[in-house]
Amino acid sequence: MTTDFIIGHYNYWVIIVLMMLGLYVVMSRGNLIKKIVGLNIFQTSVFLLYITIGKVTGGTAPIIWEGREDVVYSNPLPHVLILTAIVVGVATTAVGLAITVRVREAYGTIEEDEILAQDHEAEVTEGASA
Amino acid sequence: MSQHHLILRIISKILIPPILLYAFYVQFHGDFGPGGGFQAGVIFAVGIILYALVFGLEGAQKVAPPSVVQVFMAFGVLLYAGVGVATLLLGGNFLSYDVLHPDLAHHSGQHYGILAVELGVGITVASVMISLFYSFAGRNAEIDDEDW
Amino acid sequence: MDLGTSIDIVLLAFLLICAVAIVFIRDLFSVVMVAGAYSLLSAMFFVNLDAVDVAFTEAAVGAGISTVLMLGGLMLTSRREKKPKGRQPIFPLLVVLSTGAALVYATFDMPDFGDPNSPANSYVGIDYIEATEKQIDVPNIVTAVLASYRGYDTLGETVVVFTAGLGVMVLLGIGFAGGAPASRKEEDDA
Repeated sequence: MTTDFIIGHYNYWVIIVLMMLGLYVVMSRGNLIKKIVGLNIFQTSVFLLYITIGKVTGGTAPIIWEGREDVVYSNPLPHVLILTAIVVGVATTAVGLAITVRVREAYGTIEEDEILAQDHEAEVTEGASA
Repeated sequence: MSQHHLILRIISKILIPPILLYAFYVQFHGDFGPGGGFQAGVIFAVGIILYALVFGLEGAQKVAPPSVVQVFMAFGVLLYAGVGVATLLLGGNFLSYDVLHPDLAHHSGQHYGILAVELGVGITVASVMISLFYSFAGRNAEIDDEDW
Repeated sequence: MDLGTSIDIVLLAFLLICAVAIVFIRDLFSVVMVAGAYSLLSAMFFVNLDAVDVAFTEAAVGAGISTVLMLGGLMLTSRREKKPKGRQPIFPLLVVLSTGAALVYATFDMPDFGDPNSPANSYVGIDYIEATEKQIDVPNIVTAVLASYRGYDTLGETVVVFTAGLGVMVLLGIGFAGGAPASRKEEDDA
């Protein structure tokens, strides 16, 4: 592995580790708010990956520089995709939070194992009365 | 609440008008520099949310009543889709802005079309963000004392 | 190594620190604040990689609105994450590590960072840059692609944002200040 290869792929590797951390939070933590934050980390790592792919060495922001022919622009397409994804991401985060608030009101807790225990209890009593 | 945080209130009063003005700058300058409907909408919403945080939800809802915000949520989407329908009626494809203006040499149709749809995006995003904040802030917290 | 790459490496290291902190902190208020810092850092990363529009959006949305909404959510739920009982389960760790290993293996075939001849930067992206000047005549190519070439997409995204707004209103109510509207009070009495 040469230094060029490592520098050329460093971004990808860090982004993958960020994605792993996000996924780990979502899977291993029982707190619903923590899960939403984990999803956000996961989501942001995808944004970072797209923008990394769109970068061109020596390029500049994709805003046309009038009167200059020799300017290199970075790829604008990933920027467009991610720009809309960010706004949609916050909208879906808000829906997730709203559901968490309703869960808290219904169960009195936002810890996954306690919610499951309550559900199980309710099922058992339902089965006993039927 | 109203008598506390004097510095906070004065600074917010000074800051909120430039924030709202900046939102309009970002909205209408989006063709030429970074910016556009998504960013402008969020910045506009931030202005209102800052007001609500400092002066209370009731004050903010006098400025932007929830019923009005809801109407604007739908209005933005309808404006966007309406531009598409307008281009259909003028004989073009859905959202092909060239038919909006006869001056093809300067791409005026494209300019008008982009301006209109970005405005639609901005209105929807701003009102949705304000509405999200209202929903969360308007709900009474039933949090246990020990949790804080 | 030029300055841009050095900044890139440092910012990614900071992002990594923030993400690790989020995994281990139990105080949810701190978690939300670190997540805000994480968003702001990623906005700086986007500026460094020429994605100014994206950076603008991330700074306004991720660090601004998202943090406010998270705090609003915390207010209505709880402030601390409970300590898990018993041992940490090993299964999530295994899944995450194997996913990560597979992805790292895949990166060996990826083009180098900033490669102007990579497939992603060779075809459609270049076409948009060249066509925007002739067909749209708007200096900001991102705006041109967003609102004109990909107008359908953006219409869809706007509808998604609108729908999410409706969804939260259905779940949490409209948010009238000074108590719930009359209809909800009656419902509670019944």
